Order: sequence, then structure tokens, then C-alpha cells
Amino acid sequence: MSIFEYNGSALVAMVGKNCFAIASDRRLGVQLQTVATDFQRVFKIHDRLYIGLSGLATDAQTMYQKLVFRHKLYQLREERDMKPQTFASLVSALLYEKRFGPFFCQPVIAGLGDNDEPFICTMDCLGAKELAKDFVVSGTASESLYGACESMYKPDMEPEELFETISQALLSSVDRDCLSGWGGYVLLVYAALLTPTEVQEKILKGRMD
Amino acid sequence: MECVFGLVGKGFAIVAADTSAVNSILVHKSNEDKVMVLDSHKLLGASGEPGDRVQFTEYIQKNVHLYQFRNGIPLTTAATANFTRGELATALRKNPYSVNILLAGYDKGVGPSMYYIDYIATMHKIEKGAFGYGSYFCLSMMDRLYHPDMSIEEAIELIDKCIIEIRTRLVVAPPNFVIKIVDQDGAREYAWRESIKSPDVSMA
Repeated sequence: MSIFEYNGSALVAMVGKNCFAIASDRRLGVQLQTVATDFQRVFKIHDRLYIGLSGLATDAQTMYQKLVFRHKLYQLREERDMKPQTFASLVSALLYEKRFGPFFCQPVIAGLGDNDEPFICTMDCLGAKELAKDFVVSGTASESLYGACESMYKPDMEPEELFETISQALLSSVDRDCLSGWGGYVLLVYAALLTPTEVQEKILKGRMD
Repeated sequence: MECVFGLVGKGFAIVAADTSAVNSILVHKSNEDKVMVLDSHKLLGASGEPGDRVQFTEYIQKNVHLYQFRNGIPLTTAATANFTRGELATALRKNPYSVNILLAGYDKGVGPSMYYIDYIATMHKIEKGAFGYGSYFCLSMMDRLYHPDMSIEEAIELIDKCIIEIRTRLVVAPPNFVIKIVDQDGAREYAWRESIKSPDVSMA
């Protein structure tokens, strides 16, 4: 079994109209054994930027700690939050630093950039960025996720519809993957005119097996 | 094969472990304590490579004590878990420790908590957990019989059922187990479950 499939994971991020959603499964496993069903894979960097880390759980936790550290230093120096594009470059650089002994995780980054423009990207474990305008996926269920997202996605969805779409895409994909699932976690960030950024977090109940 | 398992109940946490020290086909001893009392209100159940287990758990214990001496207050369970994970993660790509850990503790105001820390430094807060071949039996037993806020009697009953299951179904089942508990009164040994008593060494 590959090291990327040791813990099992599924991540997806989608872009809507002035909003983005990022979703993950909740299983933490050790190969065939399920250890926990409430594992967190999506982390907040700041109010308008979230990162999901799939792959080996220990490296995801280490990467997250390093990134929070770097972002807090950035906040102290620059006195502002990092833009998603900048953050993506930071993640890419940190991963490539370990080119010949990499962190076994594949990040999915989602955030709201300037003018509330949603931004998503993913990269492989070496930091090769892949920007997308519609959706990005990662994890052991990525192939199913590609198919589900491709068929369910429409551009410029409103937040409610985006939430529905990403939830259905996640749940139907993880049902075909034995290493991910045990529920879902969806985070939707919506920037509306004249109101502060709204964040919705929901836990999904899928097939618990 | 080594088994460590534990669960969180109402106001307490229990960690149980087998007590055999084995080298290939030889059982060195059957009363090896694998659940270390880290400080007044913390338990560290560890399984894995014997040398790494003792070295690493003693290292964690001494550092927990050092923090208390330096700062006058004890580390919280969460902080200890994160420290332990950090040590395992740092060592992972240099000189890895092959030790799986269940850390249980009681903090005033927070109550009991238990952390699962893998040998590759995967950390997660859990209510019930197990390591080793015994985990295949214990986790299923606990999935069926565990519920939040169990009383001590119910929890010990569940632990005993897990031990019986391991003894019945695991081919090289360890004969003896130690059960330790941590609650607001502190961390202490609760009981031993022995089916083979270690022979007393007679002085020649």
C-alpha cells in the first residue's frame, strides 16, 4: 500500500459566485483499521483562507503547524493577512524544500482574494501548483471526486446550491472508496456586499462504513 | 503481541496494557509495566520496540517533570500530547521511535481526556482507542459496548470483556494485564488481571 493511502482521505474545494466551499471526509484510519471518525483535515489560516491537507495524517499535522507558524510571522511583519495566491506559493515552496524527502501530503487551498474573488488550488506532494477555476480534489478518493465534480459542477453557483453540490459530490465519491468516508465536513465561505464574510460549517452524515 | 487500550469515562480515564516482555519466542517476564505514570494526573500507555518504548516514555516523563519544576505548574494533557507528538515527529525523519502511545490525563476544569499518538506521530483526541493485534478485538468490543459517561464499574466491566476477548481469540495472547486509572484524585494503578503468576526468584 502506498504511503499516501496509509490514513485515507478525501478533499474537494469548489468555486461559486463570490463564495467558495471546501469539504473533507472525517475518517482517520491505519490501513484497514478505522481509528477515528471525527478527524479534522481542513484548517483555518485566517478568516478568508482555508487549507485542506490530504495524505499522511502526521505530515498533514506537521505541515499545518509549519504553515500557521509562517503565517503568524507574516501577520506580525506585514500587519495583514496573506493573500491566497501568496499562501499557495508559500505552501509550494515549503513542500519543494523537501524535494528529496517530501512531506506525504497533498494540499487543497481555498480562499477569497482581492475583490472577494474566490481562489482555489491544489498541488502534489512536491509543490507543483495546479490552479483551477472550478474545482480541485485530492486524497484517496480523488478519481471518484473528479468524476462527481465534473458532472455536478456548474459555474457561478449561489452559496446554497454550491453547498448542496459539494456535499453530494463528496458523499457519492467517498462511498466508492473504502479508505475515506465516515461522514463529511463542509465549510462554505461567502462574501456579500456590505456584510462581513459569512462562514458556514456543516457536518454531513453519509454512509458510516 | 503487545496490546494497549483505553477509554474515557465519567470523570476518569482508564489505560490497560498487557505485561509481557517478549523477545522472539521467549517470554522474559510477565509483569512488565507498560503504563507509565507521567505525573500526578497523567498516564502514558506505550507499546512497541522495547528499547524505544522505555527510552522514549522516560524521556517524556522527565521533560514533563522538568516543565513542572521550571514553571511551578504541571503541563495540561493536551500540551503533553502535543509535546509528545512533536518529539516523535522530529525524530521521524532522522531516528524514528517505534512506539505507539495512548496518553490519558485529568485536568481541572477540562476533565478526563485521552490522546492516540501513532508511532509516526499521528495525534488525535479520542474517547476509546487500542493498539496492537488486540485492537482488532478491543475496538469492536468498545464500539458495541462503550457509551459516553460510563461509570467506573461499567468501564472496568468493559475492559475485562476486552481482556477476555483477547485471551480467547488472539493466538499468542498475553496472559497478564495491568489496568491503571486517572481521575481527579490522581493517576494510580487500579488492578492487575493475571492468569500466570511470575515465579518468585529464589535467592541461591
